[in-house]
Amino acid sequence: MTDTMARPTATLSLRQRLSRLAEAATTPLLPSDYLDLAAPLRSGADLRARIVAVQPETRDAATILLKPGADWAGHLPGQYVRIGIDVDGVREWRAYSLTHGPRADGLISITVKAVPGGKVSNHLVHDARPKTLVHLEQATGDFVLDPAATRLLFVTAGSGVTPVIGMLRNLFPVTDSGVVDLPRSAHLDIVVVHVAPTEPDSIFLDNLRELAEHGAITLVPRYDDQHGVLDVASLADLVPDLADRTTYACGPGGLLDALTAHHEAAGLPLFTEQFRAGFVEAGDGGSVTFADGTVIEADGATPILDVGEASGQLMPSGCRMGVCFGCVLPLREGSVRDLRNGAITSVDPISSAHGGVPIQTCISAAAGVCHLGATS
Amino acid sequence: MTTIQQKTHNPIAHLSAENIEALGRELDAIRQEVLDARGADDAAYIRKVIKGQRGLEAGSRALLLFSVFPPFWLVGTTGLSIAKILENMEIGHNVMHGQWDWMRDPKIHSTTWEWDNASPADQWKHGHNELHHTYTNVVGKDNDLGYGIMRVDEDQRWVPFYLAQPLWNFVNACFFEYGIAAYDLELGKNLSIPKDQRSEDFTARAQQTLRKIRQQATKDYLVHPGLSLPTGSFVPTLAANFTANVVRNLWTHSVIMCGHFPEGVETFEKTSIEGETRGDWYLRQMLGSANISGSRLMHLMTGNLSFQIEHHLFPDLPSNRYAEIAPKVKAVFDRYDLTYISAPLPQQVYSAWHKIVRLSLPNDWLAETTPKNAPSQFIKLYKMATGGKKVRRDIETKDQLRRQHDMATAA
Repeated sequence: MTDTMARPTATLSLRQRLSRLAEAATTPLLPSDYLDLAAPLRSGADLRARIVAVQPETRDAATILLKPGADWAGHLPGQYVRIGIDVDGVREWRAYSLTHGPRADGLISITVKAVPGGKVSNHLVHDARPKTLVHLEQATGDFVLDPAATRLLFVTAGSGVTPVIGMLRNLFPVTDSGVVDLPRSAHLDIVVVHVAPTEPDSIFLDNLRELAEHGAITLVPRYDDQHGVLDVASLADLVPDLADRTTYACGPGGLLDALTAHHEAAGLPLFTEQFRAGFVEAGDGGSVTFADGTVIEADGATPILDVGEASGQLMPSGCRMGVCFGCVLPLREGSVRDLRNGAITSVDPISSAHGGVPIQTCISAAAGVCHLGATS
Repeated sequence: MTTIQQKTHNPIAHLSAENIEALGRELDAIRQEVLDARGADDAAYIRKVIKGQRGLEAGSRALLLFSVFPPFWLVGTTGLSIAKILENMEIGHNVMHGQWDWMRDPKIHSTTWEWDNASPADQWKHGHNELHHTYTNVVGKDNDLGYGIMRVDEDQRWVPFYLAQPLWNFVNACFFEYGIAAYDLELGKNLSIPKDQRSEDFTARAQQTLRKIRQQATKDYLVHPGLSLPTGSFVPTLAANFTANVVRNLWTHSVIMCGHFPEGVETFEKTSIEGETRGDWYLRQMLGSANISGSRLMHLMTGNLSFQIEHHLFPDLPSNRYAEIAPKVKAVFDRYDLTYISAPLPQQVYSAWHKIVRLSLPNDWLAETTPKNAPSQFIKLYKMATGGKKVRRDIETKDQLRRQHDMATAA
């Protein structure tokens, strides 16, 4: 041992000693198990948030205003957050776009559209009450504005408008006295192609109109019932200077696939964020062994996430559509099938020896015998 | 008590295989009703109990910082005893059964829970959930039957060692958490193996248990008394924690004895569970358990093990639901002409202790002893306790012949 190597016991700070004492006094629980009951949003606690208000946006959408815990690290407009909320007593995790840019009061908000049959979205829109405690993870996501781009096109469809609203609100804050012009946004030229089934089904339409009237954006609304379903080939007719713009698109997979093909062919820059995935490919299934040794027979059409939850496993989860990577677990042995495109992921012996291959359990079904590891 | 297969009046002889399967389906339906109705109110219930328990424990421990003053000691010790009982019974036992796993809350989940007890959660879950709940009341399979040190059945041959079993049972009750830790480790079996031949698994588990015991003891007998030093309350706090642990141990032991020991509860032969169907399994749980009747407070303090029958039929249903399904379960007992055993706590504790005393003595000794024949009975007991195997066998055979003769005469 050299002189420079400090003995661990000598380096314990007073704070560390006190926290060890507190742990010895509360074992087998932790001091936080007691503190959480009194101060769930304090610094050092697991990240949580309290619902401050639920503001209806349309008949089936609402903005949930949240006060995040002290350790909330902030977010960039366009990013999303994973939220865990108890619905009928069961903890459910979903990912939602943050709809406000960072606010002066430190609150954050998500806007949720109630999807038919959607357990969590319906709960949030119709049943969520102020003061409810929800669980949170730090904001994440790459769907954020490129600072170099000045001419922008947003293509939004359905609830895909939410991350875009987050970006726009950050660029052009709306106060009681109207839209505020910020110097940092003065150079931007923005077109929003806003797609919705009908005009009344259109969330955030008022906000978009307000921004358009102020001249902050050019709004091109497209309603399926009036204009027919949007054909991406006709996008250049709606936006004549399409070639000069950087496109940000958010919506269902079909629209994004079409846009990606269109933009690739034309050599145009495109950033996308998918909302809701359609599952197509089913296979034969197999037995899934979870980290605790539980073995469940799974069919080839059910995501491993659902299989695990149905059998009482504690599964990490998020968007449930293959976007957020909140549900990733290591596949130590075996094969899984990506339910979106049928792609098979298998584990070779070398990967297996190094902890396995991370898979998204929400879009992966068993394709033969599978062994899953624990969350790292 | 004798295993159900050896009884002259077999209480399930009137049930056909079809009856038993029908009974199983009725119980499955009761279970499904609860699963379908489980929701936010149940989640709120367990969170309320956990919050209340933690508040009570923290408050009691705060009072004990001043436990040099007798009223503080008294209130603090009472509160801590209640908190420890709630923690082990309504919370720990039930969470570790997976009764609340459906909430998917990682903080209230059977895979993450650790409890205020000498036995580590992992080992307890194996000994309790896998062995006791699977082999309920199967002689030679279920460690909960006599904890391996007691005679719990007439068919177990009597030896003088059993004379001390009321004492063992009392000592086990006082230090029950260590008893649980010992039999979750299968300590008796493992200690009989020479040290160098014991499995690695046992050594690892023994170390885990010792570490848990050390942490528990450090908390109760060092850290909290130490925190009380400024008021001169070191010794009173230590005494309070010791008292609370013993009170918790005595209480949990009593409740658990009431679950499977009272008179009328059946035991089963090892071979009888081969090829057991779901209906057969249900039936064994029905006959192998006994309830404690009482108030809502009583049910809470027993961790709803007062609904031992319902708990054994449906170990993973949330404990707050047992009360509501109890009448439906009892109706199934009545429909199939089976005995639903339920009595107040003192009566069941007495019944269980009476059985332990009775079986500590040779078969029928207690029942046949009257003030008139007491001297001759004691002489017989003395001979059996001090004599060899042959002396005992001779006396047992003679007694059996006499009983057969008496029965024949009476008939």
